[in-house]
Amino acid sequence: MDDRDLTDVLQEGVRAAAASSTPLRLQGHDSKAFLGNPVDGDPLDLSAHRGVVRYEPTELVITARGGTPLAEVEAALAENRQTLGFEPPHFGGRGTLGGAVASGLGGPARPWGGAPRDLLLGVRLLDGRGQVLRFGGEVMKNVAGYDVSRLMAGALGTLGILLEISLKVLPAPVNTATQVLALSRDAALAKMRELARQPAPLSGACHVDGRLYLRLSGAEASVRAWQQRIGGETLAPHNTFWQRLRDQELEFFDRPDATLWRLSLAPATSRLACEDEVLLDWGGAQRWVFTDLPAEQVRKMVAVHGGHAEVFRRAPDETAPFQVLEPGLLTLHRRLKERFDPAGIFNPGRLFQGWLS
Amino acid sequence: MHNSEIDSLRRRLARRFAEHLADEYILRDEAERRPYECDGLAAYRHLPLLVVLPGNIAEVQAVMRICHEEGVPVVARGAGTGLSGGALPLEDGVLLSLARLNRILAIDPDNCCARVQPGVRNLAISEAARPHGLYYAPDPSSQIACTIGGNIAENAGGVHCLKYGLTVNNIQALEVVTVEGERLTIGGSGLDSPGYDLLALMTGSEGMLGIVVEATVRLLPIPERAQVVMAAFDDVETAGQAVADIIAAGILPAGLEMMDNPSLRAAEDFVHAGYPVEAAAILLCEVDGDNEAVSEEIARVRQRLLDSGATEVRTAMNDEERARFWAGRKAAFPAVGRISPDYYCMDGTIPRKHLPRVLREISEMSEQFGLRAANVFHAGDGNLHPLILYDGNQPGELERAEEFGGKILELCVEVGGTITGEHGVGMEKINQMCAQFPPEELQLFHAVKAAFDPQGLLNPGKAIPTLNRCAEFGAMHVKAGDLRFPHLERF
Repeated sequence: MDDRDLTDVLQEGVRAAAASSTPLRLQGHDSKAFLGNPVDGDPLDLSAHRGVVRYEPTELVITARGGTPLAEVEAALAENRQTLGFEPPHFGGRGTLGGAVASGLGGPARPWGGAPRDLLLGVRLLDGRGQVLRFGGEVMKNVAGYDVSRLMAGALGTLGILLEISLKVLPAPVNTATQVLALSRDAALAKMRELARQPAPLSGACHVDGRLYLRLSGAEASVRAWQQRIGGETLAPHNTFWQRLRDQELEFFDRPDATLWRLSLAPATSRLACEDEVLLDWGGAQRWVFTDLPAEQVRKMVAVHGGHAEVFRRAPDETAPFQVLEPGLLTLHRRLKERFDPAGIFNPGRLFQGWLS
Repeated sequence: MHNSEIDSLRRRLARRFAEHLADEYILRDEAERRPYECDGLAAYRHLPLLVVLPGNIAEVQAVMRICHEEGVPVVARGAGTGLSGGALPLEDGVLLSLARLNRILAIDPDNCCARVQPGVRNLAISEAARPHGLYYAPDPSSQIACTIGGNIAENAGGVHCLKYGLTVNNIQALEVVTVEGERLTIGGSGLDSPGYDLLALMTGSEGMLGIVVEATVRLLPIPERAQVVMAAFDDVETAGQAVADIIAAGILPAGLEMMDNPSLRAAEDFVHAGYPVEAAAILLCEVDGDNEAVSEEIARVRQRLLDSGATEVRTAMNDEERARFWAGRKAAFPAVGRISPDYYCMDGTIPRKHLPRVLREISEMSEQFGLRAANVFHAGDGNLHPLILYDGNQPGELERAEEFGGKILELCVEVGGTITGEHGVGMEKINQMCAQFPPEELQLFHAVKAAFDPQGLLNPGKAIPTLNRCAEFGAMHVKAGDLRFPHLERF
């Protein structure tokens, strides 16, 4: 497909929808359709608004239209030995840059490489009035005005359409290797926390099926030295473990009928009662869980530790996907939503249902 | 407001505050209020109506509730080291000092984080974390004095942010008191939280959205080793190209700083860092990490710098020499202070490739305004700090310096950059906001503000200009006959 700037078309569409209060369901590749509540609205396809607008490797900045396929962005970066630090998932092998930012999801490198919000430098935004607005920019440091661009990361398209996205990119590591240790879940968590306190060049730490996977990325000699220090077996270089973890294609995730929970909490938190079947990622800070416990109970036990539990992929008739916010926060969310999208046309209810009522 | 009204408001507020705070923490007398009249931007001064120093969150809430009921504006203040007048008081407003909330509540090495009160000094966090092998990465140059609360309000950076990020990348939760006096938790114990990223919105909001009363910050392992290389260049352009070459080689330095001849000369005269005073510019490039990584990268950096045309490359061979190399850079501002009665520090960010043009134009403006300029540059992330030298005792020089500074910021915007990289807009750059943002975007900023503070009581008049103000400013700065915001009425 050709690169195209469809700003005018999208602007028209949004203005018309706002005028008639027609809800819109924003979609790129729709590879994360399962995320959040289902949206009842006219589909607005954003995937044809695509293309890298500017990429300057020595400035460590790329700007691309929201509909640009992630794979295309990553290929452009790879030519210059650079990467997106947040390792976004490509569920089903698909995904756009806009979707990656709007979902806010970071891959296995998240604790070290950041989430989309950490690398986001600026956006060109189409708001609910059909105005094209620019926030942030293409420079690393910018504190002029409120950080509206970062507010878009993880908003699931409820505040506006991401026309253009500028991201800080990172040099690809010179060397990468993965060590695998056979360890119990508790021993693996202890090991991950111990390593997190050392200056190890970690870029992944995951425990699943009795094995701890530790990915090292950095200078040639430093990766080698830490491989020695950590021990265990070295994963074959062509093994796609991290990619399958990122895209949820490991066998652990293969339970289409069960509810997959995502727990996000303090990494050293000891085993919770809901962790019957668990995959520990992010050194313990992100836990993928299948459990039969009632949703309320799961949420409570995670909240006690200052974290939150999210229904990531759900079985039918499941509970609300995201933890309900305390009233003060919900008020702020409602007011922000009203200001960015006064007619309530963008992905109504996807984040929280009935919050505008 | 008349003086008598001001006095009676002061008396009434003090009486109400006294129901919640010990008397010694309510400063009424002019002599007591005087030290709070300005922050680090001393050219702007206002005596606050009243100063309060709450000692716990409940007291902050009480103060906010009372001010909200009375419709009195509140300006929050940390250590007062800010450089943009963000903590400039209002004559009819309460100055809320968070200096007494200065305890480190917990260091949690297992989860690599620390829970601190807002008045804790930036450096104190790293000092407390050091026994655990951890530190707090953002290191603004005022880190011995500035507080974490102020760092959050300004989204403070430092010399290491190319690699380690800004404040926004290094905090994970905030306790916030709203303008109504309600307490909110934003963020959580993990790496994300449900809903909108209010943590990012609060960071850098200059005290306009809420009062931060507690923060949980991330801690990182202290690198095993750090080493710095100094390189000298015959011209600024070559030095700028060398920076691009280092990045192109796939190296992400922990620090990458440039000084031009006037600033390196001033620094050398001041601290004798061993800088080559004939150089047009020097670069300081620091790499950190484990032993092996540093050895490997320092060799690559040296080679790159030589290939890029450095006339001299010196590697600090020990910690003492490393400290000396950095001493000059860290003392650059006071060093310039020694060669001029006053200086005015700017804070634009530009795409790095435009550095030669921006420096050339600054030097032209310097002649035009008849004021000297020295440049210090966070070269890795494009954040430029031109220092304008002036004498405040000479009539008109301060105004000329401010106009010169304003022109530099507008130039930064013109080349695709921003008017402030890390010092904030505050009072100082409020006019230049009009150059960076069109009315629709400013209106959205005001809408965000209104979502948190419908009556506009939190630090009013800072950071985001009103459209009227921009119209007035625009009328003064007509560019080549091309009026900005032509559809707005002029006053």
